[in-house]
Amino acid sequence: MVRLNNLCKTYGTTKAIEDISFEVNENEIFGLIGPDGAGKTTIMQIVATLLVPDSGIAEVCGMEVNANFKALRKHIGYMPGKFSLYPDLSIEENIEFFAALFGTTVQENYHLVSDIYSQIEPFKDRPAGKLSGGMKQKLALSCALIHKPKLLILDEPTTGVDAVSRKEFWGMLKNLQKKGISILVSTPYMDEAALCDRVALMQSGKILQIDTPQAVVNSFNEVLYAVTSDKVYKMKEYLKHSNYCKNVHLFGQEVHVTLNTGVIDNVVTELKNTGFSNVEIKPINPTVEDCFMKLMVQ
Amino acid sequence: MERFQDIDKADSTVIWVKNMTKKFGKFVANDNLTFSVEKGEIFGFLGANGAGKTTAIRILCGLLSPTSGEAYVAGYDVYKQSEKIKQSIGYMSQKFSLYDDLNMMENIRFFGGIYGLDKKTIEQRTNELIEKFGMQDMQKKLIKDIPLGWKQKIAFSIAVLHKPKVVFLDEPTGGVDPITRRQFWDLINETAEMGITVFVTTHYMDEAEYCNRVSIMSEGKIIELGKPKDLKEKHQVNSIDELFFKVARNVNY
Repeated sequence: MVRLNNLCKTYGTTKAIEDISFEVNENEIFGLIGPDGAGKTTIMQIVATLLVPDSGIAEVCGMEVNANFKALRKHIGYMPGKFSLYPDLSIEENIEFFAALFGTTVQENYHLVSDIYSQIEPFKDRPAGKLSGGMKQKLALSCALIHKPKLLILDEPTTGVDAVSRKEFWGMLKNLQKKGISILVSTPYMDEAALCDRVALMQSGKILQIDTPQAVVNSFNEVLYAVTSDKVYKMKEYLKHSNYCKNVHLFGQEVHVTLNTGVIDNVVTELKNTGFSNVEIKPINPTVEDCFMKLMVQ
Repeated sequence: MERFQDIDKADSTVIWVKNMTKKFGKFVANDNLTFSVEKGEIFGFLGANGAGKTTAIRILCGLLSPTSGEAYVAGYDVYKQSEKIKQSIGYMSQKFSLYDDLNMMENIRFFGGIYGLDKKTIEQRTNELIEKFGMQDMQKKLIKDIPLGWKQKIAFSIAVLHKPKVVFLDEPTGGVDPITRRQFWDLINETAEMGITVFVTTHYMDEAEYCNRVSIMSEGKIIELGKPKDLKEKHQVNSIDELFFKVARNVNY
């Protein structure tokens, strides 16, 4: 569906993306995972035919993006990170406008958006600028889908969205996938990587790793331990300076630790001798966030 | 006069809220909130989008008056002493932190000036910051050319430059990489140990675990309030993430 070869883009002296190559398969949910400044938006804008790379080739549906941008826009639905609909048009006017732009009607493709649009349809006369964040998002997604695109590009759709609503949004994406749509989506939330078929972990314009979430986790290649005690923050500070420990990161109520040397029993003894109580330690499966942090320091 | 006895304790109670309600027309954004936050505490203010967190924060920052009920911040009344409150607090968010087209030094001077710090104090705090972050190379760079993670750490330090009684952090780590996100929480812990109260909102549920106490808002009400450990035991869940899914609703989002 998407094929990128050696894409580069520079703004002034800042290299936004460097030598980016990957493919998105038909009917796949492909995630660009990384913090702000990783280059996610630049890649998406190139794929969406909105930005010309300095070098490299981007293809969508087998067509080179620059030469075929007009033809490709029929096949691409794009939801930018910033709300970009017309605030003084109503919900209904916005979706009808986008349908008309692409030479179709809301009725014709209603089946594609019905799950999402029906949630905001009761308020269809309300101006888009007066909607809550969640309603804006549902409208933007409906407008990006109304011309029945083959590829849906979503730039950080869940940023600033609470944990419950984020889960619901991913449910909607899974349903769209079942309808045959390929999805390129970006997110700074590492836990959302697990919901993609494949991910590219990105940092400062570069791809750190591309694979299925399971394979990313499998490549961690070290035993990871979760340590808990009655004073987790103080224990984290202590472990950071312990000779036994290599990488030490706070993870909610646990500290995730990999070992430099020795066995895990040494660490337990050390902690107990230092006065930490209720020390518990167990080997765990790493998360994508563990892997991301490991790749960052390498 | 229970309230005045409580205000006498303003030294240890930094935020004191009783039956606070805020209505916009017929819509009840904050419904009878009651809670207090102690000196040096890290207080997590959680809730789904649209639950009423932003309204409460705006009231506590002296930017909005409640419709009814009482609220005191740093010992000052939100109805009558909002200017005093503004001088006693720090604020930063993901959306607004520093001025992009000023460099770091200029930002420090600007905010220091606004908070009424004298030249000597500003210079001294600036040097402390540069040393702490090892930012010698960065001080003349425009903020827009500094990576987000750094920018947020600097913004936080500037938000507490005037040693406020409490600092409000509204999604301070949104979009920040996972290592810097954790360094940011190191800063939060240091600040709380200095006796500055930290009032923080976040969508990262792992960060909720780092708070001394958390509240969860839903439909304008506080539906849970307590230490993470106690709340998890009460609901028999393993994490705040699980608790959030169990109790938080997002009807207004």
